[in-house]
Amino acid sequence: VRRAGALLSALIVLAALCAPAAALAQAPRASLPDIERQVMCTVCGVPLDLADSPEAQREKALIAGLIARGEDATQIKRVLVAQYGTAVLALPPSHGVNLAVYIVPAAVVAAVAAALAVALPRWRRGGGSRALAPTAPALSAQDAARLDEDLQRFE
Amino acid sequence: MVRRKVVPGVSLLLAVAVIGLLAYGLSAHSASRTLDEDIHNGLHPLAPARMLPVLDGSGNSSLAAYLGRVVLLNFWASWCAPCQAEAPLLERAQHVLAAHSGTVLGVTYQDATPDSRSFARQFGLTYPQLRDVGGHLAQAYGTIALPESFLVDRSGHLRAISRGEVSTAFLANAEALAASP
Repeated sequence: VRRAGALLSALIVLAALCAPAAALAQAPRASLPDIERQVMCTVCGVPLDLADSPEAQREKALIAGLIARGEDATQIKRVLVAQYGTAVLALPPSHGVNLAVYIVPAAVVAAVAAALAVALPRWRRGGGSRALAPTAPALSAQDAARLDEDLQRFE
Repeated sequence: MVRRKVVPGVSLLLAVAVIGLLAYGLSAHSASRTLDEDIHNGLHPLAPARMLPVLDGSGNSSLAAYLGRVVLLNFWASWCAPCQAEAPLLERAQHVLAAHSGTVLGVTYQDATPDSRSFARQFGLTYPQLRDVGGHLAQAYGTIALPESFLVDRSGHLRAISRGEVSTAFLANAEALAASP
């Protein structure tokens, strides 16, 4: 029992030592190309990675400086919003009118799904099922009798 | 029967909502030229004002704080080449305007604070500067390119607009307005 207790204590100490390292490993390491894809050149109206205007160069230099200071992606975006406003974010914040960016696509998908749910059963019951009905002529009595005989032979 | 009415109704409602959102997006991001039309028609609309942070970090201020004085409102950014070209002209105009209690009021727009401060130091700009973070004031003036300048009279009404680098005629107009009683 004493040995198990010591082992458990050692494991707890080991976990406590590893926790900060694991947290650091999980923190997103900011990179210039990554951030450039997530923010806009506010003058050009295109993502920063596609822009090469003087304003874009200043913005890139600012981001590079923040990365060099060890700031993560969230901190860098916070600084950029403080300098340029929310228009600098490629994806707008999810509140106010901007919420529409997130709600409208979901609402459209839901509306299309609802329309299909209503229309598909109706289509299968009506014109759709008629369109797929077999169009071959009915068997004559003689052929039907031969078919029955053949089927009985295979049973 | 009910379903037959509800489905087209909901579809129509969704279509109207999407079109409304698109219209809002277009109007919110397009520059208004109402002020230009008013000036062209001889009207003097009230100059939009908004409380903004002061560039040197000493609090907030607004165009409204300069009521009773002639103001040459100038939107600029440090990365903008014509802004660099006109900066010495504006500083010279500031000395003339200040002699008549007027002022140039700079507003930095789409520019990072350290870059704007460095620009003001480099050109020795002595007139007050505000930061239009998010560009809401610039949008109220229909600003889409830099630099742009607006002449505001003592009662806070717009007298003239210069979209692009200021001309000597525009500056002379501002100095004459400030010198007038």
